[in-house]
Amino acid sequence: MSVAHRPSNRPLSPHLQVYRWQLTSVLSILHRATGIALSIGALYLATWVIYAASNPRAYALFQGFNGSIAGRILLGGWMFSAFYHLCNGIRHLFWDAGYGFELKDAYRSGWIVVAVSLIATAVSWIVGLRLM
Amino acid sequence: MSDLRSPLARARGLGSAKEGLHHWWMQRITAVALIPLVVWFAISLVMLSGADYAVVRAWIGAPLVMLLLTLTIVVGLHHGQLGLQVVWEDYTDGALRLVLIVFTKFVAVLFGLGAIVAILRIGFGG
Repeated sequence: MSVAHRPSNRPLSPHLQVYRWQLTSVLSILHRATGIALSIGALYLATWVIYAASNPRAYALFQGFNGSIAGRILLGGWMFSAFYHLCNGIRHLFWDAGYGFELKDAYRSGWIVVAVSLIATAVSWIVGLRLM
Repeated sequence: MSDLRSPLARARGLGSAKEGLHHWWMQRITAVALIPLVVWFAISLVMLSGADYAVVRAWIGAPLVMLLLTLTIVVGLHHGQLGLQVVWEDYTDGALRLVLIVFTKFVAVLFGLGAIVAILRIGFGG
């Protein structure tokens, strides 16, 4: 066994459960969670287009599922995930460019992301229902 | 068994292939591209609420929509598989990690090409 892979008795770093919940870490976890959800959502989006290219009966099945309780929960979840990941992704791009690292700024941008993504989800849902 | 090679000898030749930077950079470029695409797609989806088969097909088949929808799906899937690769790298190891990353990329390509074929078929009448 190489030196680098020799097991050691050194203490492990503290694990997730020892930390107090705080906005910054929760939003970070949520970014990854919504990203995973949206990866599956992208497959669903591709599936939607593929169904639209097939016959009306197959498409009706797909649309029927979208209208069901499970379908609406999924679509609503993906809608929020998309808005949240979009807003928080822009926040990440600002960090990548070197802006907004002060704790005060990180909290402020965090709350803005929460507010904008919730409002955008609600507005989309309400307008969508009115158009139906 | 101890390794007789020095740490320097082991590190030599295993230097950066710039692969990590490329991954990081592609994730950012696709992220920037997705900002306008996702906003456009979200507004379009809301406008399509309650639309039936014929309306949805007419929308997908419009030239500009064909272009933007293909971009949204392809760039979105690419961005997604780049992100999932990092998730697998964080939580899995060894052969399992490799299998999961390759599987993720295969699925992304499969659904991406499927969607492209579907959009072309709707647009050009199949």
